Amino acid sequence: MKSPINLQKGDDGIVTLTFDAPEQSVNTLSDAMRESLAAVTEELESTKDEITGVIVTSAKYSFFAGGDLNRLHRMQPADVSALFEATERGKLALRRLEKLGKPVVAALNGTALGGGFEIALACRYRIAVKRPKVQFGFPEAGLGLMPGAGGVARLTRFLGLAASQPYLQDSKLLSPAEAFKIGLIDELVDTPEQMITRARSWIQSNPDPTQPWDRPGFVPPGGWPNEGGAKRWLAEGAAARVRAKTRGCYPAPEAILCASVEGLQVDFETSCRIETRHFVKVVTGGVAKNIVGTFWFQSNEVKSGAQRPADVPKSKINSICVLGSGMMGRGIAYAAASRGVQAVVKDVSLAVAEKAVADANAILTKRIEKGEIDAARRADILDRIKPTDRYEDLASVDLVIEAVPENRDLKDRVTREAEPYLPNHAFLASNTSTLPISGLAQASRHPDRFIGLHFFSPVHRMQLVEVIKGRDTSPQTLARALDFVMQIGKTPILVNDNRGFFTSRVFATYTREGVAMVGEGQEPASIEAAAFFGGFPVGPLAVLDEISLSLSYNNRQETLKAFAAEGKPLLAHPADAVMERMLHEFDRKGRAAGGGFYDYPAGHAKHFWPELRSAFARAETQMPQQEVQDRLLFSMALEAVRIFEEGVLIAVRDGNIGSVLGIGFPRWTGGVFQFLNWYGLAKAVRRAEWLAERHGARFAPPELLRDMARRGELF
Amino acid sequence: MTDAFIYDTVRVPRGRGNFKGALHEVKPIDLITTLLRAIGQRNALPFDKVEDLIMGISAAVGDQGSTLPRIAALCQPGFESVPGMAIQRFCGAGLEAINIAAEKIRSGWRQLILAGGVESMSRLPLGASGGAWIYDPATSLKIAYVPQGFSADLLATLCGFDRERLDSYALHSQQLATQACEQGFFAKSLIAVRDQNDCVILDDEEYIRPGTTMQTLGSLKPAFGGVAAAANLQVARQRYPSLDEVTPVHTAGNSSGIVDGAALALVGSEAIGKTLGLRPRARILGVGLSAVDPTVMLTGPVSATQKALECAGLRLDEVDLFEVNEAFAVVPLYFAKELKLPLEKINVNGGAIAMGHPIGATGAILMSMLLDELERRHLRYGVATLCTAGGMGVASVIERI
Repeated sequence: MKSPINLQKGDDGIVTLTFDAPEQSVNTLSDAMRESLAAVTEELESTKDEITGVIVTSAKYSFFAGGDLNRLHRMQPADVSALFEATERGKLALRRLEKLGKPVVAALNGTALGGGFEIALACRYRIAVKRPKVQFGFPEAGLGLMPGAGGVARLTRFLGLAASQPYLQDSKLLSPAEAFKIGLIDELVDTPEQMITRARSWIQSNPDPTQPWDRPGFVPPGGWPNEGGAKRWLAEGAAARVRAKTRGCYPAPEAILCASVEGLQVDFETSCRIETRHFVKVVTGGVAKNIVGTFWFQSNEVKSGAQRPADVPKSKINSICVLGSGMMGRGIAYAAASRGVQAVVKDVSLAVAEKAVADANAILTKRIEKGEIDAARRADILDRIKPTDRYEDLASVDLVIEAVPENRDLKDRVTREAEPYLPNHAFLASNTSTLPISGLAQASRHPDRFIGLHFFSPVHRMQLVEVIKGRDTSPQTLARALDFVMQIGKTPILVNDNRGFFTSRVFATYTREGVAMVGEGQEPASIEAAAFFGGFPVGPLAVLDEISLSLSYNNRQETLKAFAAEGKPLLAHPADAVMERMLHEFDRKGRAAGGGFYDYPAGHAKHFWPELRSAFARAETQMPQQEVQDRLLFSMALEAVRIFEEGVLIAVRDGNIGSVLGIGFPRWTGGVFQFLNWYGLAKAVRRAEWLAERHGARFAPPELLRDMARRGELF
Repeated sequence: MTDAFIYDTVRVPRGRGNFKGALHEVKPIDLITTLLRAIGQRNALPFDKVEDLIMGISAAVGDQGSTLPRIAALCQPGFESVPGMAIQRFCGAGLEAINIAAEKIRSGWRQLILAGGVESMSRLPLGASGGAWIYDPATSLKIAYVPQGFSADLLATLCGFDRERLDSYALHSQQLATQACEQGFFAKSLIAVRDQNDCVILDDEEYIRPGTTMQTLGSLKPAFGGVAAAANLQVARQRYPSLDEVTPVHTAGNSSGIVDGAALALVGSEAIGKTLGLRPRARILGVGLSAVDPTVMLTGPVSATQKALECAGLRLDEVDLFEVNEAFAVVPLYFAKELKLPLEKINVNGGAIAMGHPIGATGAILMSMLLDELERRHLRYGVATLCTAGGMGVASVIERI
C-alpha cells in the first residue's frame, strides 16, 4: 500500500513531507501514518547532512484531522502497556523531527487539529493559509480525551502554564488570525503557492532550528510552576477552577491540568512521558469511551443519514412557514433564517408576528458584539424572516411548522386553516412536545405529509430536534424532515409516535424524582447538589421552576387523563402530591409566576424559598448523595429502556444523543443507554431492584434490561 | 516500660538522581503513597490505629515542602485519619524518624506509628533547602565549615586510607549489591513504583553498576580537590594544626550516589501488635545520637553507636550485623577501624556507594535492609547508623524476633 507520507527532496536540499493518507479524505494518526512518520524521521536523521530544511504539509483539503479515534476507541484498560509504548514511539518520531538540527516548517494548508496540531507544534516555524473555517487547536477534551503527542508539553512551554489551559482543558479552537495573534502561527499567507514559497525562503534564510524549549536558559511565559506568575496562578486556585468545571465527572481537563503542571517541573523528555501516562489513563477510561462512542461514532451515524429512508433522494428546503410566533415559533424562524432558509412567521396579527424579527435582531446584535458576525450578515438573516397575518403568504413554502400552544383543538384548527393555501409539494410538521402526532395528523388532508418536529428551547442554542414519525407519515416526508433538520445545522433523533415521545417522557421522570425527594424530606440543597455533581446542567427543582410547575402539572394531568381514557394503568408517583401542595396550597407556580422551589429576588441570585423546609419536614435520615444521584440517573435511564422496549424509540443511538442534547442527561455518561452499559447491565439491574425496594416500583428493572443483562449484551 | 517493635518495613528501589533517572518523573508524594498503599495492604492495617506518619525529608521545600507526610496520607485512600510530620536531621533524618517513633512508643503514649523518609534528589538537589550552614558566610566562618567531600578526604588522610583502599571498598560494595540484587535478597521489602495505569516505572535498584572494576574506579578523577580544597585545608588547619596536606581520594565512584528513594517502617507497641494480629519482626533496643567535630564531620557513627549500645545494654561484640551509611568509602572504613570490627559484619549487601543515598530516606532504607538480612541469616542483633552533616551521628540497635 502507498505510504501516507510522501517524501520529496528538491535540488536545493529542501525535503517536503506531504501527508496524504491513501483512500481517506483526511489525514489521521492511524497506525500506518505513525509507522510512516517514524520511518521518515529516521530517514531524515540518517541523511541530515544532505538536507537544508524540511517542509511538512498535506495533500488533503485540511492539513491533518487528528488522532485515529477508531484506534483509540478500541483501547481498553488491558491495553495500557501497549498504548503507552506506541504513544512514546509516536512522540519519539516528532522529537526526532524537532531535534533534527535543520529548520523544519509546518506549511498549514488547512485545518490542523489534535494530533495534526501537535505535529505543527513540533515544527520550528508555522505558516498558515488564511482561509475561512480553518481551525487550529485541541478538540480532545471536548470528547473526553487529551492530547498525547506532546501537545501538552509543547503548548504549556509555548504559551505558559495559565495561558495554555483554555486551549487544552476547554478545547478552545483558533482561527489562523487568532493563532497568529498569540504567536502560534508565525506567518499568514493568502494562497497555498505563497505558503510553499514562503516556507522555502524561511528555510533559506538560515534560521536557528532549535525550539525555544531546547535552548539553554529557557523559561516559559509566566515562569516555571515554582516561581512567579505560574506559581501564583496555582495558589489562586487552578485546581479548584478545574473541579468547579468538571464537578469530578470529567477526568480529561483534570488530567490535562496535572500533566501541564507536572510536565513543567521536569525536563522536556520527562514531561512528554508524564503526558503519555495521563493520556493512557484518560483514553482507556470509561468516560472517554462514553463520550467518543456517542458524540463521535453515533453522532457520525446520524450525520451520514442512518435514520433516513435510503431510497428517497436528498432534498432541500427553500422556505418554511412557522404558525404562531410564540417563543418556539420565533426561535424556529431564526434557526431557519440563519441557515439561509426563508421563514414566514404567521400569527393572528402582524404586530404579534413581528416579534419574531425583534427576537432575531436581539440575538444577532449580541453575536455582532461578540464579533461572530458583521452587520451585513445580520441584515441578510433578518431579511429572510417575513412576519405576516395572512395565510396567502404560505403560497410558496416547502414546509409548515405549527408552533401554537399545546392545545389539540387549536392545533387542529390552524392545520385545517393553513392547508388550503399550501403548494402541492409542501408538508406539515407540528412542534408539539407531547401530543401524539398521529392524532394531530388527522386534521390534515394528507396525513402522510404530516410529521412531528420537536424543537427545544431556546431554539438558537439547543442542537436537538426530535423527529416524530406518525402512523401515516410517508418515507418521503420523513426523509425531507430529516434533511431539513440537518440543513439548519441541528441534530435529529427519530422516534415513533407516542404521548411524550422520548425526550419529554424521560425528562419528566427527572423532575418528578427530584420533587418526590422534597416530599420525603430530603434536604432540597442536597437534591440539587447531587444533580450538580452527577453532571446535570441544572438541578431538578431549579429546572422545574424554569419550565413552570403548573405546565409540568398540567402535562401530567393530561397524561393521566389520556391513559385513563385508554384504560391503561399508570403508576401513581409520589411527586404528584408534592406538586398539588406547591401549586394549590402554597401557590408556587415557578419562576415566571414569581417563584417556585426558589425565590428570585431582583438583582440577586436565586435562593430556596424559605418556607420550603417547613412545608416538607426534614427527614431524620438523609439519603447519601450517591443514592440521590442514582435516583435521578436511574429514573431517566429506566424510562428510556421502557420507551425502547415499547418500540417508540427506534435506535439506542438516538436515545443517547437525545438524552444529552435535549434534556440534560450528563454528557460524561454518553447518554441514557451508554450510562447503563458503563454501569454494567447486571449491576444496573441489581441497583434498580434495590432502588425499587426502597423507593417504589417505578425503579423495577424493565424486562428488556433484565434479558440483556442475562445474555451479557450491551445497548 | 513497653518495648518498641518493628512490624514491617518497605522501600522503593532507588532511581538515579538526575533527569534521566527512572524516578525523576515520579513526584515525591507518589513515592510516599506507593509505600503507604503497600504497607497498608501487606499488614491489613486498620488505618485509624496509625497515630502518626513521621518522615525524614532533608529538602522539605518545593515538591517536598509543606509537611508532605500529612498531605501524602490525605492522598492515599484509608490514611486520611493519619497525621504527619516532616523532620530534618540531614542524612540521619530517616533513621531519626524511626527512633522518634520508638521513643514515642516506649513513652506509652503512642501505640502505632509509620516512620521513614523520602528524598527525590533529581527534583530537589543537594542544597535545595539552603540554610546558614553553607550559605551564610558569617556562620561558615564561625564554625569552620568545609564541604562534606573535603571532610571525607580529610578523614581519609587522618586515618591513612589511600585511594586504592577506598576504591577496593567501593568495588566490594558494588559486588555485594549486585549479588544481593541477583539473588533476590531485597525482594522482601522492595515495592515497585507504578504509574496511574499500574505500569511499572521502576522495580529494581537502578544505580548499581555491576560491571565496576578497580580499573574503572581508578580512572575517575577526585571529586573534591582543586583550588577550593586548598582553601578548605586552611580552614581545617584551624582545628587540625598538624595537618599539612589533604589528599583528594574520594571520587564519584567511592562516594554515595545521588538518587531518589523512600522507605517506611511500621513501629508499634507489643499490645497493638497483639490487638491487630501483627507479628513483630524486631525490637528496637536502643537509639543513639551524637555530636562530633563538624569539620571532620563524618565520625559520628562511632559515638552514636556506642551510645545506642549503652542504651540497649548490649556489648559491641554481641552485634551480628552493621549498616553504616556509605556516604563516603572512608565512613565505614573509619567505623570498622575505630571499633575494631571486621568488614564482614558491615554493609553485607552493599550500600550507598553502589545503590545511592537519598538523604532523608537512607536511614529508613538501612533499617529495612538490616532487618531483612538479620532474618535471612537468622542472626539476632543489628546496628544501623549514619554520619550526619553538621557533625552528628544517629544509630539504632535492633534485635530480630
